Amino acid sequence: MTVEAHVVVEGLVKRYGDRTILHGVDLTIGRAETLVVIGGSGAGKSTLVRHLIALERPTAGRILIDGLDVAALSDVELAKARRRFGMVFQKYALFDSMTVFDNVAFPLREQTKLSEKEIRERAMTKLKELGVDHAATLTPAQISGGMAKRVGIARALVMEPELLIYDEPTSGLDPVTSRTVDQLIEEMRARFGVTSVVITHDMVSAFDIADRIAMLIKGRVVAQGTPAEILVVDNPDVQNFIRSSGVDPARFTQRVGRLSAEELAARVAERKRDAAG
Amino acid sequence: MSDDSPDSAQPSLLASVVAPVKTLLEEIGVLGDLAFRAVMWTVRPPYRFQLVIAQMEFVGVQSTFLVGLVGLFTGMVFAVQTVYGFRRFSAENMVGGVVALTLSREMAPVLTAIMVAARAGSGMAAELGNMRSSEQIDALETMAVNPVQYLIVPRMIAGIVMIPVLTLVFFLVGLGGAWLVGVKWLSLDPGIFFDRIKTMLAEADLRQGLLKSVVFGFAVTLIACRHGFFASGGAVGVGQATTRAVVWSVVGVFVLDYIITSMLTQV
Repeated sequence: MTVEAHVVVEGLVKRYGDRTILHGVDLTIGRAETLVVIGGSGAGKSTLVRHLIALERPTAGRILIDGLDVAALSDVELAKARRRFGMVFQKYALFDSMTVFDNVAFPLREQTKLSEKEIRERAMTKLKELGVDHAATLTPAQISGGMAKRVGIARALVMEPELLIYDEPTSGLDPVTSRTVDQLIEEMRARFGVTSVVITHDMVSAFDIADRIAMLIKGRVVAQGTPAEILVVDNPDVQNFIRSSGVDPARFTQRVGRLSAEELAARVAERKRDAAG
Repeated sequence: MSDDSPDSAQPSLLASVVAPVKTLLEEIGVLGDLAFRAVMWTVRPPYRFQLVIAQMEFVGVQSTFLVGLVGLFTGMVFAVQTVYGFRRFSAENMVGGVVALTLSREMAPVLTAIMVAARAGSGMAAELGNMRSSEQIDALETMAVNPVQYLIVPRMIAGIVMIPVLTLVFFLVGLGGAWLVGVKWLSLDPGIFFDRIKTMLAEADLRQGLLKSVVFGFAVTLIACRHGFFASGGAVGVGQATTRAVVWSVVGVFVLDYIITSMLTQV
């Protein structure tokens, strides 16, 4: 079974002066697929995902989204393409000068011609789904880090984009809220066929939501595959990372071990059909 | 072998001369590029009038008291100094005209721009620097909003419009201060004081002052925005960017002042 490629990363190299952050990364992300990128701090994960939405320009290599080379687009073409992308930032990136509600309404006001009433309904619905509707009139400085994270997620989801990038969406959240966020990522894919790229250190989350996992070490993809494949991959760095996550690998095996790689692929295909239907 | 030999010192000497020149040229390139992008995005829709008005309030209205206060004391000091100096050759009747000329051509545009750089320029650099370090500028880009258009254009328009207005405030309040000291306290003749202003102050003097203030408005906001917009290195980086914004704005004002003055003044 072949999944249509949504995002293709070809030989991506990124250098800052003498420092090389990414050494020729190759990745293909299928439409409506969730790719989880794992790796230690400083591995180049954030740099990689920033290239996907052209926040960084590659030193060498290409990023194709629906066949379009994003690094080669003009400012105006890029602005048009970005309407189909969303990003949840690690540091929330909420606008300090606006209320929580205005933060979530901002992309709707900028990119759509919806009436203020429709904007209010959509923004408040999203805030409610994330459980932060009660903070709508507060400013980001008046809410906790966990709440700010959820508002950032609400803002990214409110436009229902085709490609969503999550930079550590569950860091700083309590376990219950983390699982709610996982469910939301799943729901976005199931309901709208969203392609998701998730950077996380939360291994429970990674194995819960991933169709595929890619492990990045020192700017190189050292392993990629389904969660079941990653669990048994013959790479000491990967095995060490899973062990060091503080959770017994056997639990992961139990978690995904019920499904073989083929069964997981079939589950993904089923979701795609549901999304398409 | 000693490290102080001429052979080992030569490359470092050359490097120490070349490096600042290279940095200066790079800085001019960055400023030129940012100015070009800002001008391009000014004429492209959407037009963000609300943001422009908010910035005009920040740059102009909130600076009025400060600029007026500095203008008042500048006029007062000038009156004392010119009366003291001109009395030596019985020319104190010239005080009104001399103060008006100095204020209109130099003191009002230069000191106003410096006050705005210190108050509003530092605020702009700190705000944009914080937005950069907390990824808010990246967030704007991912939401298909051009950050130059959204953040820099309103600030530059506000600077270009409001610094001339503040310069006019500085000039009028400064004249008031000079009148207070010269006429009320040092007993100059009020008729002669105003007559000398009318005869010595030409329209061209006011035009030069206003032209300078427009250029300074553009330069101060551009330099402040440049340092904030490209800030890096967290809280320390934002602090350094704010300092650089104020220092280079003030240096820029003096350099531009000399260039404009030498172009427009026939000696």
